[in-house]
Amino acid sequence: MIGIVSYGTYIPKFRIKVEEIARIWGEDPVAIKSGLGVAEKSVPDIDEDTATMAVEAGREALMRAKIPAEKIGAVFVGSESHPYAVKPTATIVGEALGIGNYYYCADLEFACKAATAGMQICYALVKSGMIEYGMSIGSDTAQSKPGDALEYTAGAGASAIIIGKDPIAEIEATVSYTSDTPDFWRRELQPYPSHGGRFTGAPAYFRHVTSAAKRLMELLGYSEKDFDYAVFHQPNAKFPQRVAGMLGFKEEKIVDGMIVRAIGNTYSAASLLGLCGILDVAKPDQRILLVSFGSGAGSDAFAIRVTDKILDYPRNVRVWDKVKNCVYLDYALYLKHRRMIK
Amino acid sequence: MVPRFWRKIKYRYDVVGSYCEKCGSYYYPKRELCPRCRRKGRLRDEKFPDEGTILSYTVVNGRIIAMIELNNGARTLAEVCAEKAEIGMRVRKAFRRYGEDGDAGIIYYGTKFVPIC
Repeated sequence: MIGIVSYGTYIPKFRIKVEEIARIWGEDPVAIKSGLGVAEKSVPDIDEDTATMAVEAGREALMRAKIPAEKIGAVFVGSESHPYAVKPTATIVGEALGIGNYYYCADLEFACKAATAGMQICYALVKSGMIEYGMSIGSDTAQSKPGDALEYTAGAGASAIIIGKDPIAEIEATVSYTSDTPDFWRRELQPYPSHGGRFTGAPAYFRHVTSAAKRLMELLGYSEKDFDYAVFHQPNAKFPQRVAGMLGFKEEKIVDGMIVRAIGNTYSAASLLGLCGILDVAKPDQRILLVSFGSGAGSDAFAIRVTDKILDYPRNVRVWDKVKNCVYLDYALYLKHRRMIK
Repeated sequence: MVPRFWRKIKYRYDVVGSYCEKCGSYYYPKRELCPRCRRKGRLRDEKFPDEGTILSYTVVNGRIIAMIELNNGARTLAEVCAEKAEIGMRVRKAFRRYGEDGDAGIIYYGTKFVPIC
């Protein structure tokens, strides 16, 4: 039985409210909040970036797993805000976690789904017997152009998943749905991403998420009734809510994973932070549907069954409790934190 | 500057310091020589505890620099990432950016401390 043996999360303590961003651009905060379903977003500290958050999440996962760091045979970091254009983030993480030198390692990039792709690679490496444990981390300090609609949701956070045998949550199966769909991109040397506006919806997010989820359920002979929880990539609160409805999931099955409502879109970390929010409360034998989405575009779907091992697994501090502890910034301090002014 | 930073990665990325097997003293940052035992000392690298207590602090250019006593008694000067600090405050290690070598140079990472809440 292969699956998730441990998980760790990191959410920076700073927040900016939608009202504060709307004040700068003369927009109506009430309309934005109801349109996105997001009231505030997380902001990294001035000395935090994708690598530092990945290390913090990785440390928590390792500490909870109670396995020696040297047993981790692979480290993958998925992000679209790697601190270097050329030079891996994953080596920084591996070194800081004390994993040693003999491990498979790479940075992955597939917009917001790079870390679930990392989970699939770790799963395959464990299944083939090449490694005992593998760690996949999603970490992002999401970039957004000042004044763009993305600015209201582009948050920061990290989530680390350790894959191995004898798990707290078994991965029953995983499938991917991939197509060349340019809904969101960033060209070389450009500081901020661009997107296709409404085109990011039906042909991109909704098509990929529903196709991957349906294929997975077909493969296993499951319907939405077989899942106790569902978590989807969450660029805002409206998209996952709508896609849950399209697949027949009620609000109570997704609410524990909707971290986006509190901290915005954490890109590569988003669906995994939601999964961790669910694992924080899940009971043995409950089943979770996880579907990520990465622009460009693709979705990775997982059927995850919680095992008895979760009863002995230390789950504090829970993700929703980490969300609570925060300090609010005004727009000027926000710009300083994001290093847009120096 | 790259080799100079690279040599310190092991000691900066985690709280790895020196332990003198002869007198039992801990030093962070790492030392080449035990100041008590001098040439008779036997120093080896050791991973230190993640937590400690602020003994004293000062604020320099808006940054809190504190004298921290780690749980094994080793004392170190380090930045504390917080709005304010207090003597006796409990802190734990955090992985942060120290700085960067201009826009095109390498990024320096290392250990700072944050309050335990």
